[in-house]
Amino acid sequence: MRYVEEFRDPAAARALLDRIAALANEIGATAAAPVHIMEICGGHTHAIFRYGLDKLIHPGVEFIHGPGCPVCVLPMSRVDECVELAERPEVIFTTFGDAMRVPGTRKSLIQAKAEGADIRMVYSPLDALELARRNPEREVVFFGLGFETTTPSTALSIQQAAREGLTNFTVFCNHITVPPPIRVLLEDPHMILDGFVGPGHVSMVIGTDPYRFIAEDFGKPIVVAGFEPLDLLQSVLMVLEQIRDGRAEVENQYARVVPEHGNPVSVAAIAEVYEPRPSFEWRGLGEIDESGLRIRDRYRAFDAEAKFGIGYGAGPRDVREPEGCACGQVMTGRIKPTGCPHFGTGCTPEMPLGALMVSSEGACAAYYQYGGARAAEPAA
Amino acid sequence: MCLGIPGQIVEITDTNRQMALADISGVRREVSVVCVADGPLDTLVGKWVLIHVGFAMSLIDEDEAARTLEALRELGEAQEALDAMAAGQDALEERP
Ligand code: SF4
Repeated sequence: MRYVEEFRDPAAARALLDRIAALANEIGATAAAPVHIMEICGGHTHAIFRYGLDKLIHPGVEFIHGPGCPVCVLPMSRVDECVELAERPEVIFTTFGDAMRVPGTRKSLIQAKAEGADIRMVYSPLDALELARRNPEREVVFFGLGFETTTPSTALSIQQAAREGLTNFTVFCNHITVPPPIRVLLEDPHMILDGFVGPGHVSMVIGTDPYRFIAEDFGKPIVVAGFEPLDLLQSVLMVLEQIRDGRAEVENQYARVVPEHGNPVSVAAIAEVYEPRPSFEWRGLGEIDESGLRIRDRYRAFDAEAKFGIGYGAGPRDVREPEGCACGQVMTGRIKPTGCPHFGTGCTPEMPLGALMVSSEGACAAYYQYGGARAAEPAA
Repeated sequence: MCLGIPGQIVEITDTNRQMALADISGVRREVSVVCVADGPLDTLVGKWVLIHVGFAMSLIDEDEAARTLEALRELGEAQEALDAMAAGQDALEERP
């Protein structure tokens, strides 16, 4: 359990918590009938648990953990394709470390590496580019994974490779975008969502415009937030104020980092290199229209899907999710991680069964690490 | 991978490719400044930036950098990023 005294500015945190409590009472939010606020970004999920905000906040405010952890929504078939690519003798497979332990049907990347596949964890696609320069006789494949925070980095790396005329560098593009799954969740009649805390660093790239449909089409408030505890509390307060006033707007709590129109260089690079796929599969959420990106024809030479005839839509794949695994229900906020029969027994951060347990930004891993909210003590 | 980490630009290393050396919590690593370049690159030296997987994505002030770094340390994400940078360096040397 954390105490407000440990925050950077305890007085400010306490004042915010008091104002949130007063507002929650004013709008009649209680533990039995809470306001449901979804934090979209996995970094926010992690911060909420790390600081115990879910316990410190008024019981009438319930956090619903959104699909904003790219590792968690990665379908098993994509992991299987990574393993297949990595097992080709000519390939040096490069990836962010986060993807290494995601379970595949046969094995994870870390198991494949232990069995001899040449898999290298890199910090940046620039490291993969450098590997391609240093190893002209090998094929360097970079696993392009992540939301709009990492998408510009692979787009710009592909442009750089094109300028240098590298012929042994490709990207296995599995980038996804934040807004489409939010639309799906909002259209789901079973979901109760009263407002959103929007991702800070994603918005630094794309700006705040892409969220307007949340306010305009669905009438829900969204506040883009930083990930310090004070930022998060301030943002929750702003969401509650909108609810009290009957407003639905896109507000920016993190304006000191997030420009309204995002980062123009990144946005241009993404548009130049990538185009939306008609649809893309999300683990736990299924197929979502225009939610994934693929490499445009003009950069086909850098597309691992084209070069190796593998990847999304290249053929049916037999994928079995682990028996009884509740990842999909947790992902859509239907149940808490502790409601999954494998939680903490068959599925732990050391031996993850589902992807939500792999990354510290996954809801199951956060619950496991910090002890979940009011999970242990059912709402009194 | 999803959260950026603050760093301070120390020197421009390659004007053509718009690369610079950044000091990230005491670790120096080359990053791309193409997303924050606006005018002569030299003006970036000494500035604080938020770095995502090797790309400076946003100019921030020193106070924001300190606050962000503190939050990242609390979350364990600062160490994760530094470990990933070290792993990236090793990956270049590794022999299969
Ligand atoms: S405990 Fe494991 S299997 Fe169950 S929902 Fe969480 S990640 Fe999935």
